[in-house]
Amino acid sequence: MNNSEWPLWEVFIRSKQGLDHKHVGSLHAADAAMAMQNARDVYTRRLEGVSIWVVESKHIHASNPDEAAEFFDPAADKVYRHPTFYDVPDSIKHM
Amino acid sequence: MATPDLSPAHTAAPAYPASLQSQLFQYVMQLADTSLILAHRLSEWCGHGPILEQDLALSNIALDLLGEARSYYQYAAELEGQGRTEDDLAYLRSAVEYRNPLLVEQPNGDFAHTVLRQFLFDVFHYELLIGLQQSPDARLAAIAEKSLKEAAYHRKWSAEWIIRFGDGTAESRQRLEKALRSLWRYAAELTAATPVEQALQDAGLAPDYADIQAKAAAYVAHVFGEATLPVPNEAFAQPGGKLGRHSEHLGYLLAELQYVQRSYPGLTW
Repeated sequence: MNNSEWPLWEVFIRSKQGLDHKHVGSLHAADAAMAMQNARDVYTRRLEGVSIWVVESKHIHASNPDEAAEFFDPAADKVYRHPTFYDVPDSIKHM
Repeated sequence: MATPDLSPAHTAAPAYPASLQSQLFQYVMQLADTSLILAHRLSEWCGHGPILEQDLALSNIALDLLGEARSYYQYAAELEGQGRTEDDLAYLRSAVEYRNPLLVEQPNGDFAHTVLRQFLFDVFHYELLIGLQQSPDARLAAIAEKSLKEAAYHRKWSAEWIIRFGDGTAESRQRLEKALRSLWRYAAELTAATPVEQALQDAGLAPDYADIQAKAAAYVAHVFGEATLPVPNEAFAQPGGKLGRHSEHLGYLLAELQYVQRSYPGLTW
């Protein structure tokens, strides 16, 4: 066996039908099948989920923190983009 | 074990003829011992797993089996009706009174050894629970139904690792082959009916081993095929555990398992 580490995977769990998958953490696994089993064993022990996604961490491209100013700050003064000017009926959930 | 009672909904034990009731008690004890001893072996990995993720996987399986063992011990205590509790049955018997097959008391060895022991058990356990679900004994059927989902995952987990070891690197394969040479002889005992098991099968309360054996063998052949591993044709089989004739390993295991209860009888926390 060589000493190279198994690749890192990011785990996303959907906790309930109708909700979306949320990032819960990461783990090591040799391939996708093992990552799926490991995710089940590490992250769903306490009834956290009904669905699991795993993706190898190297496939996730992150925004550069150094570019945060030009990426995000321009949205700060554009409050009219929020849909908060509408009244949401009480019967609409998960908004 | 002073945690809430998680056993299936309590159902009054049906009235069986005295001899059958006694045999059912012994059979349920055998199921309980088997799950308890294997759970203890797996729990020995806690903190020592090859990687964190597999450490948790082993502990999860151990806890599943411990929960199943509790359900059986609770039912056995009721069947016996002598006032003994699940703790008395699990912790206060000597090695010769345990009825688990030899396979589950074998030491962990390396990870391949543990995986193979688990796989040989899981394949049998899965088919057994499918059969027990149909038992006219409502309590046994309920425990089997709850445990089957867990056993299905255990089998998936261990089969996956058998394939990885067999069809992996030269070293992984060599480790699995070594494990096979030491463990294969214990597999046959799982489906070799003792007089008690035969009586339960004749009474229709336990599933027929011929059927289970055939299905288990077919699944083992399938997974070994994926793992590019020939199924051993070694005929030598070592039975005994289900009759109380154990290897020396069980005594050491029980010394650790029973230590707290023996040192501080009746303690709770």
